[in-house]
Order: sequence, then C-alpha cells, then structure tokens
Amino acid sequence: MEARAGGRGPSAVLARAAGAVYGVAMSALGLVVEPLQRLLGVKRMPWVFLLPNLLIFGVFVLFPVFLNAYVSLTGGTELFPRDRPFVGLENYRRLFDCLDLGDPNTCVEDRFWRAVRNTAQFVVLQVGGMVAISLLTALVLNRRIRFRAFFRSVYFYPVLLSPVVVALVWKWVLQRDGVLNALLVWVGLEPVNFLLDGRWAMAWVVIVSIWAHMGFYTLILLAGLQSIPAELYDAAAIDGAGGWRSFRNVTLPLLMPTMMVVLVLAVIRAVQTFDEVYVLTGGGPGTATMMIVQYIYQTGFATQVQRFGLAAAASVLLGLVLLVATLVQLRIGRGTEGHLA
Amino acid sequence: MGAFLTRRRGRRGPDVTDVLTYAYLTLGVVVMFGPVAWLVLSSFKSQAGLVEFPPALLPTAPATVEVPGYDAPLPLYDVTLGDGTTARLAQVRRVGLEAQMVDPDDPGEVLRVPVQDRKEVRALSFQTANYTEPLRRFSFLTYLKNSVVVTVTATLITLVINSMAAFALAKYRFRGRNAVFVAILSTLMIPLSVVLVPVYLVVTQVGWVNDLWGVIIPGAATPTGVFLLRQYMLTIPDELIDAARMDGASEWRIYWQVVLPLAAPALAVLAIFSVMWRWNDFLWPLIVLTRSEYFTLQVGLNAFQGELNVQWHYVLAMTVLTLLPITLVFSFLQRFITTGIASTGVKG
Repeated sequence: MEARAGGRGPSAVLARAAGAVYGVAMSALGLVVEPLQRLLGVKRMPWVFLLPNLLIFGVFVLFPVFLNAYVSLTGGTELFPRDRPFVGLENYRRLFDCLDLGDPNTCVEDRFWRAVRNTAQFVVLQVGGMVAISLLTALVLNRRIRFRAFFRSVYFYPVLLSPVVVALVWKWVLQRDGVLNALLVWVGLEPVNFLLDGRWAMAWVVIVSIWAHMGFYTLILLAGLQSIPAELYDAAAIDGAGGWRSFRNVTLPLLMPTMMVVLVLAVIRAVQTFDEVYVLTGGGPGTATMMIVQYIYQTGFATQVQRFGLAAAASVLLGLVLLVATLVQLRIGRGTEGHLA
Repeated sequence: MGAFLTRRRGRRGPDVTDVLTYAYLTLGVVVMFGPVAWLVLSSFKSQAGLVEFPPALLPTAPATVEVPGYDAPLPLYDVTLGDGTTARLAQVRRVGLEAQMVDPDDPGEVLRVPVQDRKEVRALSFQTANYTEPLRRFSFLTYLKNSVVVTVTATLITLVINSMAAFALAKYRFRGRNAVFVAILSTLMIPLSVVLVPVYLVVTQVGWVNDLWGVIIPGAATPTGVFLLRQYMLTIPDELIDAARMDGASEWRIYWQVVLPLAAPALAVLAIFSVMWRWNDFLWPLIVLTRSEYFTLQVGLNAFQGELNVQWHYVLAMTVLTLLPITLVFSFLQRFITTGIASTGVKG
C-alpha cells in the first residue's frame, strides 16, 4: 500500500526491492518460456505451463504409486527392482500369516499387527479428543471476548513447532524426575514413570498429539462458526429459542460441513502419525506406541536387513485405508456443497 | 450453559459464563505455553539443577561470595547461631560434622558451626554454557543453514510451478485438461509416507541421497497447492486476460503480470503452508540425509538427543535454539498466519 502511495518507510523500500527482484526473476524465466510460445503457438502453451509441475508430479508421485505396488510383489534385500526377485503375493501372505487375526502374538509379523492395533487405538482417541476440544475452544473463541487474536494465537502456537521439538518439550515434562511428577508428589500422589508404562505412554502420545495439532482445527472450526449469519441467531431468538436450542438448531447443523471436513482431515493425519511419537517414545515401551508408519520406516530403512518388499506391502495397505478415507471425504464434500455455498 | 455455547448478544454485565470463558482461556495459555516455557527455563539450569527433585522453578546455583584473603569464591550459607539468631556466612572448609565459616564483612574471625545448622543460599544463575558448549558437536549454524535453504528453495519452487500449473488449468481450454486435473486431484491424499520406498528408489537413482535437492524436489508438486491456486484463479475475470492479450502481452507476461499479482492472497496461504511443512519435515529428511553436514535442524536435533540421552542440559538448550526462529517469525506474523489459514477454511 505504502509503496504504491510513494511511501518512504523501510517497509516501502523492502516492498519495492521485492517487486524488482520478482520482475527480474520472472523476466529471466520469460527468456526461456516466451520463445516456446513462438515455437509452439498459443494453443500448446497450457502444456508448457503444466510441464514442470507434471514432471515432478509424475516422477515423484504418480510413478512411485505404481512402483510401490510392484516392489511389494518382490523379495530380497536389493534396492533396485531389476535386482529383486518377483515373489507374487508372498509379502502380503507374510503380513497376514496369523493363527488368529485378532491376536498379534500369533502372527509371523506380530509387529505389523501391533502397529495396526496401536494406530487404530490412537486414531479413535486422538481424533475424538481433538475434535471435541477444538470445537469447545472454537466456541469459546467465538464469544465476545477481549484479545481474541491473542488467544487464537496461543492455541495455534504449537502447530508451528516441529514434531521433534514438541516431542522433546514433552519428554522433559513427563520424565521420571520431571515437573509433572513433581506436581503429583506435591498433591500427595505417587510419581509415575509415564513413558515407560505402556498404557500411560499411549495416553500421553494421544494427549501430546492433541496439544500439537488442535490449534489448526480450532482455527478452521472458528472460521466455520464465524461464517454463520448472525440473523439466524436473531431469528431463533425471536422464535423464543434459548441458547441451548439455538446451538442445537442453528450452530450444529450449519457447522456440520466444516465438522465433517475437520473429522476426515484429522483421521487422515492421525493414521499417518509418526514423528512426534517416534521421538517421544521411540514406539516404546516395547511396541506399545509403535504406529504403522514407524513399522514401514523401520522395516524398510532402519534395520540391518532392509526388507523393502515388506515395507512396500505394508504401505500399499496403508494407502488403501487412506483411499477409503478420501472417498468418504469426497462423498461428504459432494453432499454438503449446497450448505457451504 | 446456553449463553456459553452461542455468541452472547446482550450487553449485560459479566456473568458466570464470562468467568468460565476467561478461566478456560487462562487454562489454555498455561497448557499451551507452559511446557515450552518450562523447557526454556530448564535450559538455563546447571546439570546439578536439572536432576533435582522436586525441580526448582527458576535456574539457580549455590551462591558464592568473594572474601578478602581467600583465593576462590566461598559458598554462602544461612546459619542458625547458638543464640537463635541467623546470619549469612561464607564457608571456608568443612571438617567432618563441623564447618568453618567466616562473616564476609568481617573475615578475621573463623566460626565453627555444626553442619546441620547451616543452609545453602541459592541465587539466580543462568548457565549460558549450556548453549555455548554443545555448539561444537551440534552444528547449529550448519543445520540452520540447511533448513533455511530447504525451506526457502522448496517454497519458491512450489509457488512457481504450482501457480503455473494452476494457471493452465484455470485459464485455458484444451484437450486433456480434465484428465490432468483428475490425475492431480486423485493423488491429493497420497502422502509421502505411503510411497517411501519407491520415492527413495527414484531419489537414489537420480543421485540425490545426501543432497538437499533430494529433500526439496519430491514434495514440490503438491496437489493441495495446485488445487488451492486453481480455485482462486477461477475467480479472476477472463476479460483482464483478454485485454492483456489484445495489448500484445505474451502468455508468460499474462501469467506473471496479470494473474499472479491478483492471486497473491492464495499464494500467501500456500507459502505459509509450504514453510510450515518444509521447516517441520522430519521423516523424509531422516531417510534421505544420513551425513551430518546435510542434516536439517529437525534431523540434527533428533540425532543429537539420541546420542546424548543423558545430557539433558545440552539437549534442552539446543531445543530452545531450534524453536526460536519459528517462534520469532510467528510472533511477528501471527495475525497474518492465523487469518490466512482460517480464510482458506480447510485445505490442510
């Protein structure tokens, strides 16, 4: 703004410098692209614009999807597919080789099934808890409060912290001689070794993950709440609806589309949980908090014998789960578009 | 209860729901900032201070005092004297159950005090050595540089190639457009974690293991970005483009001088997301980068804490250093970031 008005402050200088850099860089790229227009004609220009993106997309997203399916059908420990023997469905057979699918102890790849079970448990607890807390927080932030921008940022701050930092912050709070145990002792309870007790470790993995991500979903829900027209509440009030009734009959139904999107995004994210948990507990104690992505990572990359085929098979299965979640989202998205518009 | 759930419309005085609201918000500040603040405070404690249980709130160390006639500073103690009064004395040495002490203001006379009658005096003391010492092993500046290079380069590339693709998909009619759009959309939810093995294979083949390009490029063509920008560009009127074309502007010029400036809000949001993703990325750099000179901050910090499991005083300080840049950026841009993300609604 200032730059356009001919301002002279440091920010105006900065904006003008950025504009100059942008102009020079784009003109330089134009030296490559503009001759192509003369060469190929305007009609083919969209493909020129698509090319860099499609190239990277093709090589690093689309091609790997198919390659992954193929690698999952091969065995051995070599990395490159031409060195790997084709073994058909052997990797999948190994993953499903159980006497009783309900009991990981009876499986050949018991770690995989423990990871599946842990992840399922984690997804239910984390998503349920997080959506509930995010909704409550969004409702509170949507009230007439002072310093709303500040409080909104407070809940958002952990979202920006990297998972490694989040995990270390909490590792320090939760350790045997940590501040949380000091508080427990202070109120007269026994200290607990939170990260070395399987049930506690899972509980804290869930809580830490909620702590780290709820700010993002709170923001989205808050935006959803603020898009509800005030007249609807006025109309409900004229009809004699109290706070609770207008919440049930106005807020909830109108917030439903946003809620659904939040729910699906949160599920897709929770299924892929890896980094915070990996740094916080290392998947332990034992395998109590090992998630599917950690299983894939360790099977393929972090062991002496790198079993890429098995890792790929597990990730194909993970991909299928995510595909289902995505289809559910698309379905819901289609069903609710009318509301959003 | 009811008024708590909906936005209050009346302008009455504060009621019980207001009290609840602010109680909740205060609790929020404690829970969200508390652990980080505790980490920062702890990072200044001495090694002895860190293993103390229950831990002290502030970083303290035994207080000392310079006393004329003694070479080294002497530790200070509060001593209960025989007549019931207390005095602050410096300890010269301890002999068995007896301590020899002097009054710092009058060091001539040495008092003998039973050790159970004296209590250590502690003073606020910030162990900056926690920060300076490990820098020889934790190459903070190298990791920071790698992280900045990855974040900035990847974000610039993401913005340019995604906006180019979005421009083609939003502003041209051509055969195959829908096929391309559907192909991109269908991979919207295929995260890197699902294709770890084959992407690693491709990156190895290209020769990008232990190369920052191996971290930068694979995630650059994000379907989310293309989708976000295309939706926004659809709202830019075609008349502007036709007018520019009439004036003889090339297609490239139309892209960067007409469309991109108008799409600035959407670009800003994608930039925020890209910086967040790249700065915090962990699993992929962990796989691609195995030599420490290429580590990003996240990978470096993880390796550091794995190596020095017990040396918390160093790990805490390096964690603070790692969270500092993003905290500074956030404190300046927080309003911009939060409204930006909220405005797009849902494209996580």
